[in-house]
Amino acid sequence: MPVVGVLVSGKSLPDSSWAWNVPFGSFTVGLDPLSAWFAAPILGLAILAAVYGAGYLSHYADHKSLGPPWLFFNLLVAAMVLVVVARNGMLFLVAWEGMALASYFLVTFEDEQSRVREAGRIYLIASHLGTACLLLFFALCASYAGSLDFASLAGAKMAGQLSRTLAAVLFLLALLGFGTKAGFMPLHVWLPEAHPAAPSHVSALMSGVMIKTGIYGMLRALTFLGTPPAWWAWTLIAIGVTSGILGVLFAAAQQDLKRLLAYSSVENVGVIALGLGIGMLGVSLEIPSVAAFGFAGGLLHVLNHAIFKGLLFFGAGAALQGAGTGRMDLLGGLVKRMPAAAATFTVAAAAVCALPPFNGFLSEFLIFSSAFQRPLLATSGGSLVALAAIGSLALIGGLAAACFTKALGIVFLGEPRTKEAAAAHPPGWLMLIPMLVLAAGCLLASLAIPPLLAGLAPVLAGVQRQPVAVIAECLAPASDSLSGVLTVGGIVIVLTIVLAAVRQRLLRSRDVRMSVTWDCGYAAPAVRMQYTSTSYVQPLTDFFSLILRARKHIREPRGLFPTVASARTHHQDMFLTGLFSRSYRGFSWALARLHWLQHGRLNLYVLYIALTLVGLLAWEFGLGELFDDCAAWLAARQTMFF
Amino acid sequence: MVSDSTRLSNLLPLAFALLFAPLLLGLINRTKAVFGGRCGPPILQTYYDLRKLLGKGAVYSRTTSWVFRAGPIVTLAATLAAALVVPFGPCDAALHFVGDLVLFAYLLGLARFFTVAAALDTGSPFEGMGASREVFFSALAEPALLLGLVAVAKAAVGRSGWFDLTGMHQHLNGALWLDAGLVLLFVGVALFFVLLAECSRIPVDDPNTHLELTMIHEVMVLDHSGPDFAYILYGAALKLWLLSTLVVSVVVPRVSPVWLDMLISLAGVFALAVGVGVIESSMARLRLVRVPQLLVGAAVLAVLALVLESQI
Repeated sequence: MPVVGVLVSGKSLPDSSWAWNVPFGSFTVGLDPLSAWFAAPILGLAILAAVYGAGYLSHYADHKSLGPPWLFFNLLVAAMVLVVVARNGMLFLVAWEGMALASYFLVTFEDEQSRVREAGRIYLIASHLGTACLLLFFALCASYAGSLDFASLAGAKMAGQLSRTLAAVLFLLALLGFGTKAGFMPLHVWLPEAHPAAPSHVSALMSGVMIKTGIYGMLRALTFLGTPPAWWAWTLIAIGVTSGILGVLFAAAQQDLKRLLAYSSVENVGVIALGLGIGMLGVSLEIPSVAAFGFAGGLLHVLNHAIFKGLLFFGAGAALQGAGTGRMDLLGGLVKRMPAAAATFTVAAAAVCALPPFNGFLSEFLIFSSAFQRPLLATSGGSLVALAAIGSLALIGGLAAACFTKALGIVFLGEPRTKEAAAAHPPGWLMLIPMLVLAAGCLLASLAIPPLLAGLAPVLAGVQRQPVAVIAECLAPASDSLSGVLTVGGIVIVLTIVLAAVRQRLLRSRDVRMSVTWDCGYAAPAVRMQYTSTSYVQPLTDFFSLILRARKHIREPRGLFPTVASARTHHQDMFLTGLFSRSYRGFSWALARLHWLQHGRLNLYVLYIALTLVGLLAWEFGLGELFDDCAAWLAARQTMFF
Repeated sequence: MVSDSTRLSNLLPLAFALLFAPLLLGLINRTKAVFGGRCGPPILQTYYDLRKLLGKGAVYSRTTSWVFRAGPIVTLAATLAAALVVPFGPCDAALHFVGDLVLFAYLLGLARFFTVAAALDTGSPFEGMGASREVFFSALAEPALLLGLVAVAKAAVGRSGWFDLTGMHQHLNGALWLDAGLVLLFVGVALFFVLLAECSRIPVDDPNTHLELTMIHEVMVLDHSGPDFAYILYGAALKLWLLSTLVVSVVVPRVSPVWLDMLISLAGVFALAVGVGVIESSMARLRLVRVPQLLVGAAVLAVLALVLESQI
């Protein structure tokens, strides 16, 4: 309730503080429009995920205890909300860590599978590397501001205590720390492992809102760091373009439905980063309209992505549970067994491809518009931004269409590929209702765009540090375009109904027959002759083979009467295998050199401790003073000489 | 406030598109017949086909679901809606607003999404093959289309107005040609490649081949019949018309008397159809692995145009 109140009124609630006995810490929470914008989807999706989870987890009830997953689910939601309302660095870090741990235990829910344990381990390592950067970030903040309260951090920036070098270091630390959580390429490697391993309602929550806390963190950090120089914006735009294009390419190549969706989250975070990057460029070039459109597009995409990605994961969960597998090549034809789930999945797939009249289009439209601003195009790098934004968004849109027609077509349409898929059971009402709500949300969020933009204005005002009136003025030209887009969207819907009615009327008194699919005269079509998830994207993966690195295992038929032949393709994430595995091998090699220190002899370990203590004592009492004495003596000698 | 007569003329581009779109297919086929030394079907053959198909019953595959039946409807609805934002000759489009060129591209995307989904719904390997090629090629064509349009829009109205198809179209006069002719030429060529790919013409796709294995668009709609197929045929014709008018509007400058402008634009679109027919008669389809190179080439031309434009 307060969240909605803040969004509607645009005013912040005052910070409330409780005593908290932690160095640098104070239990201060507050709710400003930026927090509220992120808290609203967290709470909304959490409610729906809880309802869905009640239906989803009931299948595990007879062989697993359901207490822990619900405990950690509630902890995760609480920690996410605390992350966005925390007003103190220490409290923020505690909440951030709680979020990581709670989600770790949810990811490893099915810990009897080694695949899930592996995923959990990767997730734990990745999120702690991210947190390490954040720890350093806040430690540096505390060192110049003297406190970790967000208010004093923002105040210190105003007082000019922040040098440019320090600000740059802080920006890079924030980029690494928050980027790991958000899933920027190449820090995304945990995402396609952890999201598919978690139960589907948790995947929805993680992909839909948890990775957005990384975006929130970036924006919050920017409010401490003053006016961003242009190269920060360029960095973010480059990250956005890379994550967007590579994310959707990897997504298209996947054979597991939930892995595909996880990679698509990387893509959408890339789109958000692109929007925010253009927004930052607008701030640093002092073109408020560019900044407003870029930030508005990025932030609106945060909300839209929560809606349709939540729905996609719910749909994937329905397929996974109904047919017992998430491997697309073992599914197919589910639309007959679960028509409502297939319908909602279709809506979400169209929305994630940014097709009008669904909500995904509007946020990408705003990002397009930000690149079209004339003052931006007049600057030297402006054409480059336009090129980057428009070219990559268009390519992402096209590739996303390939990716999601595949997800929809291979999983839900056509003939079932296995007996299990043919006998899949439909999701219960508890799972279906949240899906229907989100599907309606995909349409309603695009209809509700004027109030949403009005709600965004105070958020943008906080991020850009400009009065709400200025922002509203900047966004005013958008209302004309957006109403045009909505009109055309409405026309599409009306035309669809009219054309359907016309066909209905034409066919009413005519011969309408059911038959088999046209098989070019071939008498015995088999289910296995259908296109598979791999063959569907094969032209695409071959074309981008430089990035995707398909591994093909082919046993060709040999001899006159071939008996065995098989072909298998899988795609590895080049960042996981190439970048991280190699550097970790290097680390473990270097650390193995220190093995001789660790031999398991307790008495020597005690000696280490004693030596360290003696060393510290010596430093404290003797050596420190000795150094001071030496320095004084040197200084004295110098004065003597000169 | 615009007067009623202006508003009425704004509906002309839509009316032209609805009326003349099937004529283009007839023109292309007649050109090919002339080159092949045949009489060929009448120029109005597509209209006859449409009437015949609308009068027929339908056969549906037992594999298919509501997605298959929704495919042709949504495809045609989205293409019709796209026709609302495309101007023609001296007339403004029925609707125009900043950024409508993005909407235009994404409406074509919506049409494609449902065509492809309907194709996959049949479970046929042939239609899966067509769908797979279609999404791949169009993913490469999309950047070329949008970047090309943006380059032209920037050249035409970037200095004085906003980014919309109508505004851009009305600024494409002879003076601009002297100013930024190379940009317009590049974009014209890029958009023409996009047209060939999106409307499944030679050298990307052969609409008249006898072998399902080699088709792209035609193989995706194998299972549609009756009114559904009429919708698809009409939608394809409409898409050809819309992309042709875009190419013509970029390549042919606006001239001053309204009637002459209208006449030249119409002649331009029909000449383009004849040109497509000439290409189809004089060259073979490219190997499928070559098609991406053509489309990336188109995108590179569009990028070049954008870079050139910012230098001028």
